[in-house]
Amino acid sequence: MVKPTRVENRIRALRFAHGELTQADLAERIGVTRQTVIAIEQGKYSPSLEVAFQIARVFGVPLDDVFQYPDGA
Amino acid sequence: MAQEEKVAWIGLVVGIVTGVVYGVVLAARAAGGPLVEAPYVDAMLWSIGIGIIVTAVVTIVVAILTRRDGQGTDVRDRQISARAEHTARAVLVIGALAALVLAMLEADHFWIAHALFLGFYASAVLEGITKVALYRGGVPAW
Repeated sequence: MVKPTRVENRIRALRFAHGELTQADLAERIGVTRQTVIAIEQGKYSPSLEVAFQIARVFGVPLDDVFQYPDGA
Repeated sequence: MAQEEKVAWIGLVVGIVTGVVYGVVLAARAAGGPLVEAPYVDAMLWSIGIGIIVTAVVTIVVAILTRRDGQGTDVRDRQISARAEHTARAVLVIGALAALVLAMLEADHFWIAHALFLGFYASAVLEGITKVALYRGGVPAW
């Protein structure tokens, strides 16, 4: 099955590296639903640039530590 | 499941059921005779009204029963809704154009009403299917 987005992310790893932050907690901090965080993690939804920056800010890392766009994508 | 996805499922199921029931009622009233002679106005109005009311009631009940899932909507819900509306709009336009042509040809009111009804109905069903597909399969880049 073709993935809806070619943007990859490390949100799951970053959540666990930050005290096992839950999807619900992350969702609340960036102002989206938990289902949207799940969809982003699974690569089913590319967040807006604004939401992407908010996620990076929660983890205190640069944007490209959270999201990657592989070469040739 | 996001609240808006539940609403999409409810609208889709209720829409399909009311449409099928309307078709069955219309066929029964025609009783093998010409469809155009079957009384349809009350059945059509009831199917629209019942569809709206049942969708609203079931949505409220499901929202109460599943309130732990969260009730909010966000940017993804709005994007999915816009994408689904955009997809379904073409069908609505086709229904309206068909009704326009039928009116110009001075076709029976039955066919004009049903071209519009079918346009609304098919567009609502397509919108529901699109929403469900986007929620389940993901939102591709536009």
